[in-house]
This record gives sequence, structure tokens and C-alpha cells, in this order.
Amino acid sequence: MAAAKAVHKKTTRPGAAGPEELQQQDGLMPTKVSLTLNGEAVSTEVDSRTLLVELIRENFIKTGTHVGCDTSQCGACVVHVDGRSVKSCTMLALQAEGADIRTIEGVATDGELHPMQEAFREHHGLQCGYCTPGMIMSALDLVKNNPDPDDREIREWLEGNLCRCTGYQNIVRAVKAGAEAMRSGE
Amino acid sequence: MYEFNYHRPASLAEAKEILAANDEAKIVAGGMTLLPTMKMRLAQPSDLIDLSAIEGLDGIKDTGSAIEIGAMTRHADVASSDVVKAAIPALAKLADSIGDAQVRNRGTLGGSIANSDPAADYPAAVLGLGATIRTDQREISADDYFLGMFETALAADELVVAVSFPKPKKAAYAKFPNPASRYAVVGVMVADTDSGLRVAVTGAGACAYRATAFEEALSSSLSAEALEGLTTDSADLNSDLHASAEYRAHLVGVMAKRAVQSLGG
Ligand SMILES: Cc1cc2nc3c(=O)[nH]c(=O)nc-3n(C[C@H](O)[C@H](O)[C@H](O)COP(=O)(O)OP(=O)(O)OC[C@H]3O[C@@H](n4cnc5c(N)ncnc54)[C@H](O)[C@@H]3O)c2cc1C
Ligand code: FES
Ligand code: FES
Repeated sequence: MAAAKAVHKKTTRPGAAGPEELQQQDGLMPTKVSLTLNGEAVSTEVDSRTLLVELIRENFIKTGTHVGCDTSQCGACVVHVDGRSVKSCTMLALQAEGADIRTIEGVATDGELHPMQEAFREHHGLQCGYCTPGMIMSALDLVKNNPDPDDREIREWLEGNLCRCTGYQNIVRAVKAGAEAMRSGE
Repeated sequence: MYEFNYHRPASLAEAKEILAANDEAKIVAGGMTLLPTMKMRLAQPSDLIDLSAIEGLDGIKDTGSAIEIGAMTRHADVASSDVVKAAIPALAKLADSIGDAQVRNRGTLGGSIANSDPAADYPAAVLGLGATIRTDQREISADDYFLGMFETALAADELVVAVSFPKPKKAAYAKFPNPASRYAVVGVMVADTDSGLRVAVTGAGACAYRATAFEEALSSSLSAEALEGLTTDSADLNSDLHASAEYRAHLVGVMAKRAVQSLGG
């Protein structure tokens, strides 16, 4: 993590919820945040409460990262921060200052699907697709440290990724096939 | 979330300064507990002090008789550490059983024990292994550290810097996880240490505590049979939608036996 020092100062502070507070929120002072997003150096201004997922979706219009629960449970918002999978709904945008962020948009190269994405398509690892970006980002983090995971390891690793459609069977199959394709350098 | 000022100081001294100047300031470590709490508006810090840029707060060291782990060390790094796996495999396994991969990638040891959630896993290891908590001001023994539900011996302006876990002769942790969150409905750490046999229970009571009757029984015979017939009083135990106090009392015995059985040679 970069040792950059960031202090966000502002003057107002709400006493309680309600319309008065909403007015004060308009007065929040924006703070600059700079990071690498899918290999590109970017910067923008956010208020201190902005979540990393909001930064990604609303400031940079990368809407492949989803919000399923907003309570750190479902994993639809998983992205990589400095190479590790994290739930971007439970990290502040300002905490990502100087970080290297990779989202699902940064996975394919030149319009060609990544082997893990291809495996999800091939093995019918998705139905509605809502959980899929998070599943793939999570799976890629697993394979980085464990190139040949067995079914149990895949299921345990995907503990933090919920799918309401597939029943997981084909997701596990897809991750296994994706890992295999990655091993053989496809 | 209510609004707050965000700080990322580069030194502990600077973090302390901001903490001293703002009554309602709070530390943020992994944020896996604090940020969800703030989203629900159950916490309203005026200032958040992010410790992630301070050098020297994370990392794992073998000091010979103990393993010292920095407060900002992520659960995933404890789980995968060869040093921890070699000296206290039960601790690596415990860290690997917390939540899910993404929670382990952000959550920290310091955050977990500062929070003292009654269902958190680390408190069982800290108390069970007889660890010492090093803060920016003093050293606190595990036996004096956990005071109640979300309550510890830490002063409002005190920071956890590291935790030193003495190497046990052997130790094992068994937990009955909540199937959704993996928090401990009940978790028991049994450790055969240089200072005696220790049994610490998390999940069951207001905070982690030592099961002294179990310790006595296991001191005379370190076997699951020694625990046969020992019961746990459910009077002061937690009761919630996950488990009743009576069920938790039962689980304390079952988890303690499982831990003893997996102690190995
Ligand atoms: C979905 C989910 C599942 C989880 N499952 C489990 C589980 O199975 N078992 C388990 O044990 N935990 C579980 N957790 C909790 C997780 O381990 C948290 O990461 C941990 O309890 C808090 O650590 P943190 O670094 O995220 O702290 P934060 O959320 O940043 O901080 C928590 C509190 O500690 C204070 N604090 C942080 N660091 C310090 C410090 N160095 N000195 C003084 N005060 C400090 C903060 O001010 C705050 O009050 C789960 C969390 C989630 C979201
Ligand atoms: S939206 Fe982040 S975990 Fe569900
Ligand atoms: S495919 Fe619909 S939630 Fe997973």
C-alpha cells in the first residue's frame, strides 16, 4: 500500500438524520483520489463516504462490478486491490488511493474472453449473470495461489460469493475448467 | 453513512495526535466490521484514522519462544504464513476459518481483538494461548484484556500494535460455525502451554472466557474422556436466533472434546 498521506478536512457535521442532514451532505468537500484502474492511471474527486464500488461504477462508469447486498455478504462487488480479491462495497474509495484496481472489465484482452470467462460460458456457470463478475474475480484470486484446486477447495473459496440461480454446480465446474485452461496456457 | 473526516497518517505518532484531538475519532483497520456498522448508522465517528500507511504495524515474527503478529496483519496472511503454520498450526487454521476469502484479505488481527465481538474467532486464540497484547502504551495479558461484549481493557486513545502468542506444546481450535457468516456459534481453543493447560471459549458468552473446570479436568488427563460428564451452566450464555443458551452450553462441551481429539501427539 502506498504510504501516501491523505487528510480529508471539511467543516460541517450532521447532528442527526433528516432533511437538515441531507442539505449538509451537499456541502461535503470533495477530495482527490488517484489510482490505477485496469492498468490505466486515473483520478477523480469523491466525498469521504464514497465506497470503492461507487467510485468504480459511478465515477468511472465500469458497471460490470455489481452491488448485490451492500452488506459484505454476497461478493457481487468483488474486485482485485493490489492483486487480492476484496469486497468493494466494504472499502472506501479514499482507502484505494495509490492502489492498483482490477475489475471484470480488465480481465479480457483485445476483445477476447479470458479462459476463466470462457469456462463460465462453456460450462453454463451463469444464468442471470448478476453474481458472475464477482465469481470470476474471486476465482482468479483462488487460481493465482492454487492453480489446481479441487471441488472442495473451490467451494470453500467461493464461500463469500452467493449465487441465487445456478445452485453452484456449474460454477464449480467452470472454475475447475478455467483453472485447467489457465494451467495449459490457453 | 454519516459524514466523517478521513485521515491516512504515515506514523503512529500522527495517528495518536488525530485521535487525541477528536473525541469521536475512530481507527479503521480492515474496515470489515466498522464500515458495515457505519453504513447501518450504528456508529458515527467524526474522523476515521486509517492505519494502513503506517510502517511496521503488520508482519509476523518468530521471537524464539513466541510468534509476534502486527495489529494490521490480515487474516489471510496469518492463515498462509509458514512461520505460523510451523509454530502454531492451530492459529493458522483458526485464521483460515474466519468469514470468507475476501473478509480474510482485509480483516486484521488488531481490528478483531479491539472489537471483541462475542462470536469472533481470534479472542479464543489470544486467551487460549495466553498471548500478550502490546499497545502503544503498555502490555496487557490476555487474561486481563477481554472485559465484556465489545468491551476490552483498551483505553479510548489506546492502539493495539501487536500480539505475541507464546508457542504452545500443542494446541487445537474447534468451532461450530454459523453456516452463513462463519462466525463462531461456539469455538473452543485447547492449548497445552508452558504455563499449564488452557481452555478458552468464544461465541458462548459476552466475550471470550476460560473454562476453568475443563482446564482442571484436562490437566489431570489430556483426553476427551476427561471431559465426560462436565456440564456448562447456560445462565450467562448468549441466546439469539442462531442458538439458544442451552444449545450453546451443550456445544461448549462438544467443541472442547473435538479440540482435544485433534490435538494430536
Ligand atoms: C461477512 C463477514 C464474515 C465474517 N466472519 C467472521 C468470522 O467467521 N470470524 C471472525 O472472527 N470474524 C468474522 N468477521 C469479522 C472480521 O474478522 C473483521 O475483519 C474483524 O472482526 C475486524 O477487523 P477489521 O480489521 O476489519 O477492523 P475494523 O472494522 O477496521 O475495526 C473494528 C474495530 O476495531 C477498532 N480497531 C481496529 N484496529 C485497531 C487497533 N490496531 N487498535 C485499536 N483499535 C482498533 C476500530 O476502531 C473498530 O472499532 C466477518 C466479517 C464479515 C464482514
Ligand atoms: S455488494 Fe459487496 S458483498 Fe454484496
Ligand atoms: S447467475 Fe444469477 S445470481 Fe448467479
